[in-house]
Amino acid sequence: MVPALAIVFLFQLLGEVISRAGHLPLPGPVLGMVGLVVALSLSPRLGALIRPTAQGLLSHLSLLFVPAGVGVVAHLPTLVKYGPALALALVVSTLAAIVVGAVTFTLVARLTRSHPDD
Amino acid sequence: MTDAALIWSYLASKPLLWLCATLFAYWAGDAAFRASGRKPIANPVMIAVILLAVLLWITATPYSNYFEGAQFVHFMLGPATVCLAVPLQANLRQIRRAALPIAAALLAGSFTAVFTALAIAWSLGADASLMASLAPKSATAPVAIGISEALGGQPTLTAVLVLLTGMIGAICVTPMLNALGLRDWRARGFATGVAAHGIGTARAFQVHDTAGAFASIGMGLNAVLTAFLAPLVLRLFL
Repeated sequence: MVPALAIVFLFQLLGEVISRAGHLPLPGPVLGMVGLVVALSLSPRLGALIRPTAQGLLSHLSLLFVPAGVGVVAHLPTLVKYGPALALALVVSTLAAIVVGAVTFTLVARLTRSHPDD
Repeated sequence: MTDAALIWSYLASKPLLWLCATLFAYWAGDAAFRASGRKPIANPVMIAVILLAVLLWITATPYSNYFEGAQFVHFMLGPATVCLAVPLQANLRQIRRAALPIAAALLAGSFTAVFTALAIAWSLGADASLMASLAPKSATAPVAIGISEALGGQPTLTAVLVLLTGMIGAICVTPMLNALGLRDWRARGFATGVAAHGIGTARAFQVHDTAGAFASIGMGLNAVLTAFLAPLVLRLFL
């Protein structure tokens, strides 16, 4: 677990350094993720080393949102003031994005004759 | 000062109390989620957040005190984002086989999510900081929080908006796509992952394995795309 964590933190660190040094819009951890995808494709041994720790961490992913989520207490006035606007924006945009995404995927799959595996 | 008050003032100034409370609140939320038969409306994060918010309100604890304890949990968002590389890389073969539909649906879905949310909020009078907090709400939480910070939004507000987005998607996706008659599980899952990140992905896995796999691909790719797209689309409105 320690080697796996060390490698994961190293990729995050590299991501942060590149993001800050290059003034990129991508957050450091996202760059770290992209770097790790590349590294995993190059080295299957790296995958075997990291997978158990990564799966452990990802299976509790939603726990990690809680501290930021509790920040809602600091934003109750904003949420009350903009409640209807935010509710409308969230519902319409989420449903529209799902429909547009699913329809686009289906149409392009049909055009390019891409069929599911099963 | 009484003993109990002394102990409280000691505990309230140490990180351990609120770290413990965070873990127990999530445990309770997760137990309630399982007991409900994993209904999207009984989201464990939402339950934990409500429990902790009430607890902070009762004990008159400022959020900054709470966060001193909870920051240890919060910190793990970064490494968890890096770890998303593992499922993403495992699905690379699937991604290549459906590369064109994936690229088209990713661009269309991601743009629709950011643009419609900002257009509605803008037309209803949202200010710049709220717009920046709203823009990345379809990306997975750790990434959305990072983007919001970079755009001058409020990361904690973004966390709440991300959570609500995921719940809305998870609750509505199955009846909505059934009504539209879309039967390709890859399309259904992928669009859900793009629009409703991890909570939508968890829902997709409950419905169909292929949908779940494509939802994780959608979530991972949209985490990267939103980081590029959110600042560009935001600029259209500000």
